[in-house]
This record gives sequence, structure tokens and C-alpha cells, in this order.
Amino acid sequence: MFSRHRSVIPGFGLSLGFTLTYLSLIVLVPLAAAFLKASGLTWPEFVEAVASPRVIASYKLTFGASFAAGVVNAVFGLAVAWVLVRYPFPGRRIVDALVDLPFALPTAVAGIALTAIYAPNGWVGQWLEPHGIKIAYTPTGVFIALTFVGLPFVVRTLQPVIEEIEPELEEAAATLGASRLQTILRVVFPPLLPALLTGFAMAFARALGEYGSVVFISGNMPMRTEITPLLIVTKLEQYDTAGATAIATVMLAVSFTLLLGINLLQKWSRRHQTA
Amino acid sequence: MASAVSKLHRTVTDPVVRPRALRDPLWLRVTLMTVAFLFLAGFLLLPLVSVFAEAFRRGIGAYFASFNDADGWHALRLTLLTAAIAVPANLVFGVAAAWCVAKFEFPGKSLLITLIDLPFAVSPVISGLIYVLVFGAHGWFGPWLDAHDIKIIFAVPGIVLATIFVTFPFIARELIPLMQAQGKDEEYAAITLGASGWQTFRRVTLPNIKWGLFYGVILCNARAMGEFGAVSVVSGHIRGVTNTLPLHVEILYNEYQFVGAFAAASLLALLALATLVLKSVVEWAHARHHG
Repeated sequence: MFSRHRSVIPGFGLSLGFTLTYLSLIVLVPLAAAFLKASGLTWPEFVEAVASPRVIASYKLTFGASFAAGVVNAVFGLAVAWVLVRYPFPGRRIVDALVDLPFALPTAVAGIALTAIYAPNGWVGQWLEPHGIKIAYTPTGVFIALTFVGLPFVVRTLQPVIEEIEPELEEAAATLGASRLQTILRVVFPPLLPALLTGFAMAFARALGEYGSVVFISGNMPMRTEITPLLIVTKLEQYDTAGATAIATVMLAVSFTLLLGINLLQKWSRRHQTA
Repeated sequence: MASAVSKLHRTVTDPVVRPRALRDPLWLRVTLMTVAFLFLAGFLLLPLVSVFAEAFRRGIGAYFASFNDADGWHALRLTLLTAAIAVPANLVFGVAAAWCVAKFEFPGKSLLITLIDLPFAVSPVISGLIYVLVFGAHGWFGPWLDAHDIKIIFAVPGIVLATIFVTFPFIARELIPLMQAQGKDEEYAAITLGASGWQTFRRVTLPNIKWGLFYGVILCNARAMGEFGAVSVVSGHIRGVTNTLPLHVEILYNEYQFVGAFAAASLLALLALATLVLKSVVEWAHARHHG
């Protein structure tokens, strides 16, 4: 709250004023433009734009593939985080640094690299092709790309929580006669759950909006491998700005709800850690 | 959300050899390590290696020949220019935001922090779209801009704006927790001893936050140079005019010039590797100073 005495440290008005102006000009006003533009549509127009069969098909693919990628990242991310925190092995720091690659590698580069690997003549694709398994240009390809972009989230949210588990708890369980596996499942795992859920939600949220890494490997066939962000771009290129904006507001509403949910999860997670 | 990338605010410890009772059984260790390494090899190492393998597929000569491309060089220059504007802009914002959040109490502070995070939650495509709605031909200021012959969308200013939006929170999100943890005692002391505000910032605050600042700049720069979706929407893909390096990769790829596409991509992959190395170095230096 405002204190009666002015702080001796200067620059409050200047720094807050600049922060709010910059935030409004770059973020808040342009975002408001999207919602105002969408509100210019009549209700039937809006429903037609956001719920036509082609758009519904894109939601199904985007949400389905993002969910599957989040689940895979939760399972394997847990294993990676556990190995990185608990097992000493040579080169651990290099492997640890490499986990951030999906953040650092431009999405277009990831997109063409994954396509090259999983195309029918690619390093992996050529072994699957004879068995009738196709990855590039199918929904499975979308799933692969989304798994790549979401990979760091689960690992990075779990690592500090695993590090902070007090060894006394595990000692107590061992002294009381629990086997190592029982200790892991009943003592170590439950406090990790909030962080695991947070990491999953972050990977899922990131995957929903992803564009660059997916458009190359998906093949972009309407009704089959067309993700929602691509549909927004397509509508924009066809000068259907209102349609693109309507879909964008639906996606923004979902993203902001997820952001709120992630913030609540993080609070829950922190309470768990300090308890 | 991308604060998940940041490892600056925690101390990283090496695994210690644990007493036998607290050690995982051998079969479990072997299984987990195999699963983790196969997963990372398949999803991280393979794509990274394949960029360079594809770039050199037709030999070193073809690789270097593909750099003889005026549009490619123009795209590289535009990417550097965009980052050279977006990163300093967000740096000034990050310092200002962290200064008011960490050094003062005011109502609505946690709302402000949430709002700073918003761009992380927005799809890159939508980040581009919102600027089209404001500055595009049918946008709010479209007719006015048109009348005054100012181009923002399908021109360089739009690319810079979209890049600033997607990299908006990076530096602020590093500095806010860092400056909050450091408190305001040192600044208070400096001011009481007669230093001016600017002197206090330059001689007391800046040395304390320099690693956090550098860390934020590295992450912000990597995203600014690599952004694809947002820039793709506002650029209009005019070759040699509004193409950034990631967009140039897409154009070459779609024209089946695979060696050229992967050669340009290899430059961006080198940027990513340099980012990871610098990031680790700063984490190490920061831990040594504050550990």
C-alpha cells in the first residue's frame, strides 16, 4: 500500500509511468483490438466463423495432439528430470544444457529438420514406410513437433522440486522398512505431482499456439492435418480478417484461462514445497 | 511461463553419492537412464544433427555456394536489425518494470506482473494478427497511415513490433525476481549517503543485476532472431525486402532448394548452440557470485 512517507529511493513515477505506457502500447491496446474487432460481428456470423466443420476439425487436431504431446512430455520429462538430478554421470551438464534446445532453436528450423527425419525417405521415415507407418504429413507428425516444443517445460519445473526433497523423509521411510520402490512411489512421488501438473499445463499451453515447427511436417490438409493457428493465417491470407479474428479470440480465451490455471497450480505447488 | 527456462534463480547442485538405502536399485537406474537418454537422443539430438547433415548433403562446396544469395544476406541483415531494435527496447522496459516492482510498494503489483507475462500465453500467429488489426489496411489506423503513406504492416516496422511483442517479457521476468530478492537496503544506503538516483542505479544496482541482465538479453535475443509465426503474419514475404532469416528458410524449403534452406537453418542452429553455451556460462558465473 502507499506509505504516508515518500520513499527515499527515487524514480517511482518515472519507472511505473514508462512501464505502464510501454505495456499498454505494445500489449494491451493491440490485444484489445482483437476483441473489439470480433465484437463487431453479429452472433450468427461469429458462430459460423468459429464453429464451421473445418474449424472444429482443426480444434480437435490442435487440442488432441497438444494433449498427447503434454502427456508424453510429462512421462518422459519426469524420467529425464529424475536422472539429471539424482544420477551422477559424465557429461551431465551438457545434457542438462541441451534440454533447453527447443527454446533456443528457431521453430522453422525445428520444423524442417523434423520433416526431413520423418519424411518417407528420411532417417526414421524410411524404416517405417515399408511397414505402412506414416508420420510426416499426418496427425502423428503434428504430435511429434508439439512434443519437441514442449519438452523443456516438464523437466525444468520438476528439477528444482526434486532437488528440494529432504533426504530425511526418504531416510525415515527406509528406516521404517519401506523398499526403495515403495519409498519412491509413496513418499517421493506425491509431492512432485503439483509440479508435474504445472509442467504438463505449460507444455500443453505452448503446444496449442505453436505454428512454425508444425506447418512443415503437418502437410496442412484441411479437415485432416490443419492446426488452428494455420487456419488463422489461411483466413488472413484470404482477406477474411473478421473470420481470422473470431477464431483468434476463441484461442486467446483458452490461453488466458490456461495462464490463470497455471498461476494457481504454481501457488499450490509452492505451498506443497514449503509445507 | 517461459520463466521455466530460467535457472538463474536457483542453485544447481551436482548429484551426490547417496547411502545405499537411499540409492535407487540398479535395474531402476538402468531403466530410467535408458529411457531418458533415448528420449533426448530421439527428440533433441536427432533434429539438431539432421540440420547439419542435410546442409552438407551435397558436399561442402554446395553448402558454401548456397551462401551466394543476395536475398539470403538481406534476410540476415534484417534479422540482425530487428534484434538490434527489439532487444534494447525490451531491456529498457525490463529495467524500468523491475525497478518499480522491486523497490516500491503499490496496489495492483501482482496484476502488473501477470500482465507482463501475457505475451507468453499468446500464440505467435495471434501476436502478428493483433498488429494487422491495428495498423493493417482495414485496421484502426489503416486509412490514416495510408493517407500519410506510412507502411507498418508488410514492412519493417511491423516486423519489429511483432518481435518486440513476442520477446516482451524475457528481460523483465529475469530482473523482477532478482531485484526483489536483493531488496532495497543497498540503494537506500547509497541515497542516504548523498548519491543521486542515477549514480545509485549505475554504481549500486547495475553491478548487482548484471548477470541477470545479460541472461535476459541472451534469451530475448535468441527468440528475437528466431521468431517465425508472428513475423510471418506481418511481413508479407517480400523477397529481399521483408524477409527475415527464418522466413527465408521457409521460402527456400518450399522451392525445394533443400541445401540452401538447411544451410540458412544451420546458421540459426549455430545461434541456438551459442545461446545454450552462453546461458550455461552465465548460470555458472552468477552461481559463483551469489552462491
